[in-house]
Amino acid sequence: MINSFDERLARERCRRYRRRILDISQRVAALHIGSAYSCTEIVDCMYHGLMRRNADGSSPDTFLMSKGHGCMIQYVILEEHGLLSCADLEAYCTPGGRLGVHPDYGNPGIEAATGSLGHGLSMVCGMALAERARKSSGIIYTVLSDGEVQEGSTWEAVLMASSLGLDNVVAAVDNNNFQSLGRTSETHPSFYPLAEKFVAFGWEVATVDGHDSAAIFEAATGREGGRPFMIVAQTVKGKGVSYMENVPIWHYRAPNKEEYYRAVDELETAQ
Amino acid sequence: MRNMFAEALYREATENPDVFIVVADISPVGNMAKFRTEYPERFINVGVAEQSMIGICAGLALKGCQPFAYTIATFSLYRPFEMVRDDLCYQNLPVTVVGMGAGVIYSDHGGTHHTMEDIAIAGAIPNMQIVAPCDPAEVAEATRWCARQRNGPVYLRIGKSGEPILTKDAEPWAFGKLRCLRRGSDVCIPSYGVISKMAAELADRFAEEGKSVSLFSCHTLKPLDRDGIAAALRQHDHVIVIEEHVPQGGLAPQTKQIAWDIQARCRLDTFTLQDRFIHNNGRHHDLLADHGLSLPAIWQRVGPG
Repeated sequence: MINSFDERLARERCRRYRRRILDISQRVAALHIGSAYSCTEIVDCMYHGLMRRNADGSSPDTFLMSKGHGCMIQYVILEEHGLLSCADLEAYCTPGGRLGVHPDYGNPGIEAATGSLGHGLSMVCGMALAERARKSSGIIYTVLSDGEVQEGSTWEAVLMASSLGLDNVVAAVDNNNFQSLGRTSETHPSFYPLAEKFVAFGWEVATVDGHDSAAIFEAATGREGGRPFMIVAQTVKGKGVSYMENVPIWHYRAPNKEEYYRAVDELETAQ
Repeated sequence: MRNMFAEALYREATENPDVFIVVADISPVGNMAKFRTEYPERFINVGVAEQSMIGICAGLALKGCQPFAYTIATFSLYRPFEMVRDDLCYQNLPVTVVGMGAGVIYSDHGGTHHTMEDIAIAGAIPNMQIVAPCDPAEVAEATRWCARQRNGPVYLRIGKSGEPILTKDAEPWAFGKLRCLRRGSDVCIPSYGVISKMAAELADRFAEEGKSVSLFSCHTLKPLDRDGIAAALRQHDHVIVIEEHVPQGGLAPQTKQIAWDIQARCRLDTFTLQDRFIHNNGRHHDLLADHGLSLPAIWQRVGPG
């Protein structure tokens, strides 16, 4: 099984994914572009660095997108893997298309319907329990939004994952410090510090730059183990396009033509 | 009923390594303790955290397992409602949500522990199936079926303890089919769940008066056996529905709807809980009587003379 990571290739992939999402944005009035850009490196690292691959491309591991609204990044990765087709992506949010704003269970590569926040981590725990009961080595990877960590149900699952000793759970919080009504650090100052809260609940935790693919990879592969692992990924909402970064309207808006070309330029010229 | 559930589930778990039970801090009774000791990997206690109970069941089912969520009915269905709807029903996963002590069995625990609207609520969700056995023997049949079915989610509404056997001479149990416990020709009494005991007593009372009485267990509330109910409405002069549930969304209004659809000519009476909460710290039968569900009250309305 292949389990390696090349930082340069990761950068190229992430640039390509951002560009693909940008292209799709021109077909629709709105999509969660800022949310997808925020977790691009995290999701890419899980799919292409952390999840083990069999020769046929299948994996003993599972990826569940708990922050369902960030699924554009998952869609474009699944397209590249051949699980979704170009036609599927082009039909995003159209009456005949299979892909909508949130991931839908039953679509290829989509492990759960997670449009409603605070559901993913409990399902991850159930999956991890099933793997353990079957003595399978499968690891369950997931990405949560920071807003989602405000859900009480998320904390029920945080408590259960460590209480059950689920060392086959690897989660990341996409900690971009933004939600619909503003900066989380301003609207909910007690939300932070975050890492300490997970530590107090019995998780192994690493805080990393969520746009540094190598740092994410090294943190996850270097974990001690024996309990669930949480990456608190410090991210920037809308990362990669300067006018989107940390501007709440880009949570959901699609760029107009002029904005599109500006974004293309920035992505093409970025180091 | 809960002991019989535990016994039946233990048997299924012995045969099938994919059977799990996820409980929310409820004391293991009878064979639940045996399940816990012998299959600790498949007995999960989430504590007082019912949302994760349902989510964990969904995750298990997404990996092909056959999980049961188990706690007092109000906490297994109402508290984690959105998880039941999204994780189980929307994804159509074969998870059984067991509502133990449903209806107003937890009488003196107060309204927070009463489950008076569960059939309406569970029945409103697409993909959800509902089974409410009338006695411990039916609980065993239903549990066995739940552990083997792959259709989708089930809400299994059961009582607690001390229910009598009503199905000794009944025809075999079949999911989705009205079950005849006694066959007659004058009066027909369909019921389900724990209150079926009162339906049986009413049947005895009619028999004492020389009436020929049919008694049915309508254990499957969704999908409802519409053909079976239509036949019962056609074949009897008088049909009396008894249920421990508010007037909305249960067996009573659905029977009336079927009666209208087929232009039934029989007399039809329905007895349900009322559309108001109960503040009565008595025993189960006291609360039922508070809402008009007692043999004397029913007999006064439907008995001869």
